Amino acid sequence: MSVSGSAPNEAGAREGRHSHPRRAARMRVLRAVIGGVGELLVTAGVLVLLFVVWQVGYTSLIDARAQQSLAGDLEHQTTAGADDPTLGLPDIGVDPTSSPSATQPTLDDGRVIAIIRVPRFGEGWARAVYEGVRLDTLRGGPGHYPKTALPGEIGNMSIAGHRTTYGHPFYDLDQVQPGDVIVIETRKAYVIYRAESTRIVKPSQVEVIAAVPGKPNAKPTEAWLTLTTCNPKFSDRERFVLHAKLDRVVPREQGPPPELTAPLGGA
Amino acid sequence: MYAALWRALPGTRGLKILQSVLLFIVVVAVLFQWVFPAVAPLLPLDRDVTVEGALRLSGGGSGR
Repeated sequence: MSVSGSAPNEAGAREGRHSHPRRAARMRVLRAVIGGVGELLVTAGVLVLLFVVWQVGYTSLIDARAQQSLAGDLEHQTTAGADDPTLGLPDIGVDPTSSPSATQPTLDDGRVIAIIRVPRFGEGWARAVYEGVRLDTLRGGPGHYPKTALPGEIGNMSIAGHRTTYGHPFYDLDQVQPGDVIVIETRKAYVIYRAESTRIVKPSQVEVIAAVPGKPNAKPTEAWLTLTTCNPKFSDRERFVLHAKLDRVVPREQGPPPELTAPLGGA
Repeated sequence: MYAALWRALPGTRGLKILQSVLLFIVVVAVLFQWVFPAVAPLLPLDRDVTVEGALRLSGGGSGR
């Protein structure tokens, strides 16, 4: 690992020519300085490499596992604690068993509000969706833009998630095909959306999460779901955006819809 | 600096290698656990995945 003797041949040869002891001492100092700088550069390079390994490999591996198991726990608690509203998912979004839906509770930033399932991302792929899009919230998993619609509601439910780091929930967002289902699971229902279109936009284009996607001042009449992540991968220069439209809402008692249980393409 | 470290480590060559590896692991652990998480938000690497103004929106503007 030692690189202290950088360019030893050249320095040694020159040292030999200058027999004067003060010159030799000066050469030794110079050699030590150059060697030290070299070591610092190598150390910096190793640090950068380690950072990449951590950011891309470690955070993704650790967080992805944690997020998947959290979604599994929530699923289990919601089913097991059907009569206890403090267990599992909160009661938000459209309730298919009683309409009109009850008043929605205020949602605190950082609490889990639903489970998102995207069969295109792999069999059984699930993530807990948090309320809020603060940086620290999104490290835990995808986050729901506050004040955008809740699952199944008229408007545009919008969710942001990381592309390449912190469990990279939306790594494969560009692989979703038109017609693919995206399921938002709530306490009462499976809310099923179908992918309509994708866009790449500038970070400033807030209209993608407007109640009518792309039309900030229009009055919403349909229920949409919008997922945003960064683009290109490993950068936050642009945003990759996916719009999906409500297909139907299935009451939870009926069990998972066939789109979640059947393999892709069968749906 | 690494040469000085090598000289400072006690024991035979094998022991020195072992200690070097252990030191490296400790340094990496500290970096992964504390240093990198603190530094990451300062770098433009998959930092922000929201459309801008999302936080302003949450402050009580338009939306749902």
